[in-house]
Amino acid sequence: MHGRPRKSATPVDENASALKAAKIRSLQSQFLQNHHNKMYKSYTKEALEINAKLIEVNPEFMTAWNYRKLAFEHSLSSQSEAEKGDSDHIKSIIDEELRVVENALRKNFKSYGAWHHRKWVVSKGNSSTERELRLLNLFQKQDTRNFHAWNYRRFIAGMKSISEEKELQFTTDMINDNFSNYSAWHNRSVLLSHLLEKKVEGYFPKETFLTEEYEFVRNAVFTDPDDQSGWFYHLWLLDQTIKLDMPILASFWPPPGSDLNVPIDLDANKATFPVILYFNEPVEGVSSQTITVQTEYDIHDNITWSPLSTNKFGCALAWVTHMRIPHEELDSSKTYQVKISSEHSQGITSLSGVSLNRPWSFAFTVSVCQHLQPAEGQSLGRLSLTDENFCTIDTNLNMTALLKSAFQFTNDDEQPTSSKWKSEIIASEISQYRELLSWAECKIGKLTLARLLVAYDAMITGTQFTPSIAEEVLQLLTELMKLDPPHYQYYKDEYSLILLKQIAVILQVTSSKESLLKYCWQYKESTSLNITGPTCLRLNSLSLSRIGSIEQLLWVQSLDLSHNQLHSIEGLEALQLLSCLNLSHNKLGSFMALDPLRFLKSLRILDISHNEIGAHTVDTKRYLCSSPLSHKVAFDKNFEEFANGDAKVMDFWEPFSIFGGLNLIQLDIMGNAAVDERFVLFLVKLLPALKWLNGEELH
Amino acid sequence: MGDLAAEKHAKYILLVEKRKDDVESVLMEHLRINGAYWGLTTLDILGKLEAVEQEKVVPWVMSCQHQSGGFGGNEGHDPHLLYTLSAIQILALFDKIEVLDIDKVSSYIASLQNEDGSFSGDIWGEIDTRFSYVAICSLALLHRLDRINVEKAVKYIISCKNLDGGFGCTPGAESHAGQIFCCIGALAIMGSLHYVDKDLLGWWLCERQVKSGGLNGRPEKLPDVCYSWWVLSSLIMIDRVHWIDKEKLVKFILDCQDIEKGGISDRPDDAVDVFHTYFGVAGLSLLEYPGLKAIDPAYALPVDVVNRIFLR
Repeated sequence: MHGRPRKSATPVDENASALKAAKIRSLQSQFLQNHHNKMYKSYTKEALEINAKLIEVNPEFMTAWNYRKLAFEHSLSSQSEAEKGDSDHIKSIIDEELRVVENALRKNFKSYGAWHHRKWVVSKGNSSTERELRLLNLFQKQDTRNFHAWNYRRFIAGMKSISEEKELQFTTDMINDNFSNYSAWHNRSVLLSHLLEKKVEGYFPKETFLTEEYEFVRNAVFTDPDDQSGWFYHLWLLDQTIKLDMPILASFWPPPGSDLNVPIDLDANKATFPVILYFNEPVEGVSSQTITVQTEYDIHDNITWSPLSTNKFGCALAWVTHMRIPHEELDSSKTYQVKISSEHSQGITSLSGVSLNRPWSFAFTVSVCQHLQPAEGQSLGRLSLTDENFCTIDTNLNMTALLKSAFQFTNDDEQPTSSKWKSEIIASEISQYRELLSWAECKIGKLTLARLLVAYDAMITGTQFTPSIAEEVLQLLTELMKLDPPHYQYYKDEYSLILLKQIAVILQVTSSKESLLKYCWQYKESTSLNITGPTCLRLNSLSLSRIGSIEQLLWVQSLDLSHNQLHSIEGLEALQLLSCLNLSHNKLGSFMALDPLRFLKSLRILDISHNEIGAHTVDTKRYLCSSPLSHKVAFDKNFEEFANGDAKVMDFWEPFSIFGGLNLIQLDIMGNAAVDERFVLFLVKLLPALKWLNGEELH
Repeated sequence: MGDLAAEKHAKYILLVEKRKDDVESVLMEHLRINGAYWGLTTLDILGKLEAVEQEKVVPWVMSCQHQSGGFGGNEGHDPHLLYTLSAIQILALFDKIEVLDIDKVSSYIASLQNEDGSFSGDIWGEIDTRFSYVAICSLALLHRLDRINVEKAVKYIISCKNLDGGFGCTPGAESHAGQIFCCIGALAIMGSLHYVDKDLLGWWLCERQVKSGGLNGRPEKLPDVCYSWWVLSSLIMIDRVHWIDKEKLVKFILDCQDIEKGGISDRPDDAVDVFHTYFGVAGLSLLEYPGLKAIDPAYALPVDVVNRIFLR
């Protein structure tokens, strides 16, 4: 019931309604009787008339359409020999069906059943293209956004082989009539994608037509900036302009040319280190067949690459392998060369099936770290993660080598002319949108300008970020938060991403020691140094609502994200060196929000106190994490065994699945709604290696 | 705007169920089983399901089953996937899935998967991503997803992805919030949300919120309470629901209540119906409105019902 005013029915109305209802009911029961009377195949003229009347009052009565299809098939199969050769006879049967459909559509032009019946009949052949286009023109004029009609149009265009260029012209005409027609813009994007894909003349190379399209959509956006019709089309054009046509390796760890010092894990008496590959989009097919590892000792036989993601299909942005130094080499002080390369990387593909075929390689050295072990019997103290326990790092340390994990991606494969037109198009768009903002205070203008600036800068500087542009983008986003409060959090998230990008660049370039020292700190108390590494990256109290630029942070061992506004830590799974993580005082709303931690096998110290775990009835991570609900994992039967009647299955299966695989020695979790005495007992049982829980030593 | 008139809405639903003499009820007869699902789920979210005699509902649902294994919209109507899901959902609400011949129902559903991974709604061959969702949700609730080719089902849905990150009924069809729910829901159930561009789609979805606080289903369209479900559940599944103003949306839904007779309408002061009452109440549940049971955004059933099925 859409758009019908609410009013109290008078007795007269009620009577009229009851009378009409009785009439429809009678039609329905007569029809159903006929329908079930199949023994007689009673598709009589009377029966079909009753059916047509029913469809006219209720075009959504699906069984009635089915009956017509049966009758149609019946009349074709029971034709006499004379009728079979008579194309007029068949045509008259088809015409009758199309007439019934047309009547139904006039009653309700959003009826799924009616549109499908028409498709079904027309598919039988013998229908005139002209008539279908005429009908479409009628309906598409009456309701320019009717998606059924647009779907039917695409169906007819496909069936009758109407050219895509002709259909493109139809969208141009529709938009020229009224640019506020999202359906037409949409269809335009579909047609252009096809033309581009097929490299049809005039659409390849794409610069010429893209320039025209920018102008076309600009006219729409500038005429009424509040009308959304052109917004998404513009963003799509921008994506068409800047997107790379294939996946690439965006960054990796260890850094090229670095000398890795790997500590021995005393308990297991082994030394391992991760190699992380981080791509610009999720890829599949990373394996020992596609990645070549060369070392001086024999390890490459047992190298397995694992996707760092919770889907079961083996695709991820980041992949890791944990390389192990052979047992017999642990005492030696030798240094080994390791080289990772992509000789057979065509086997690595994006989700849309495009191969990674830009070769790359990097090399580093590894040696076993023979540092002092803690004295026998000395128990590990609790590491305080508060401000008081941090001091400025010793600037004599060679930070640059440590931080250089980024893979400087260069556009060397690109045709220089192609980059030139791209940056020219975007530069021209930037000046157009600046012009728009000079006379109209509109959100789409600011948002588009911010996006254009980010795209332009990335094109010019690669992974760098020009400080003045970053400042301008942050300013635009701040204005948007004020201008459009309902979408405040959207802009806030974007703001956080830009801010982190800016910080990541500071860390990379290390041009200024001062700014580096702002984010990199050292622990005063050093008993846990083996665990935390020499520095802690402190991104605390920045009001971050989202994390990003992960590919620049692969080196981080100790990370402080406390006192922000994070409700998600998606992406942290790539930080394979992470051993100490402070997430206290954020907005994490459920255990499932901690899903990325599952991949952090080195994590020993975790602070998730003062979040919102257990405070919400809706879990926005329910379908993004590993869970039986999304069929990514089966329900863990070990849990019932573990719980052994102590806890109800529903209550603790989530924390069981998150913490069960972790090897924590220090955990802070108080200040969350889900934490009570029963839960603390559960954790103690679940985490046998835990030494410190909520600040107290466990025995 | 006032608070949620929970008692009134429960009464309204129980009344509609009994009403048979007006045009609206007669015109709803062909999808009575959908209506029953909307009404019963609303009652469950409101904590009033016990007001319904399940001894009557369950046999009636079973009377709508066709010999093929599929369900019709009412007794004597032809079977279709749309009605089969409602039948399974109603049985799930009452923890009575075991009354089904599960293999027979799953065979019916699996038989409707096409070579390209898409699903037809019934034997007459209409193809639509709505039917992909319905088939996948049904089979998952029956623990029979292995009866279909999941990989192809995912691929087909992905082939319906558009410039705005949304999805349409078939490849090339325009994005629509209802259709997006179906595609996102199906991908969520099949653990395949990594194919979705969450930021792009999230931006399109959050821009569905209009000045009144209500949500529309496509750009430049009027807001409607039913999109509180389609848009919100999609935003929740891709973890972008914080991009809209929840308080304003709560106010919009509450403004659409008939606080005298119960029921919720598409827009303020329009005529109420069961469909919009369900989507209004379910939307409020997704917005964490106090006093309501939580509803699962993918299976469109109360969370406790879904957990009962999958977590044991």
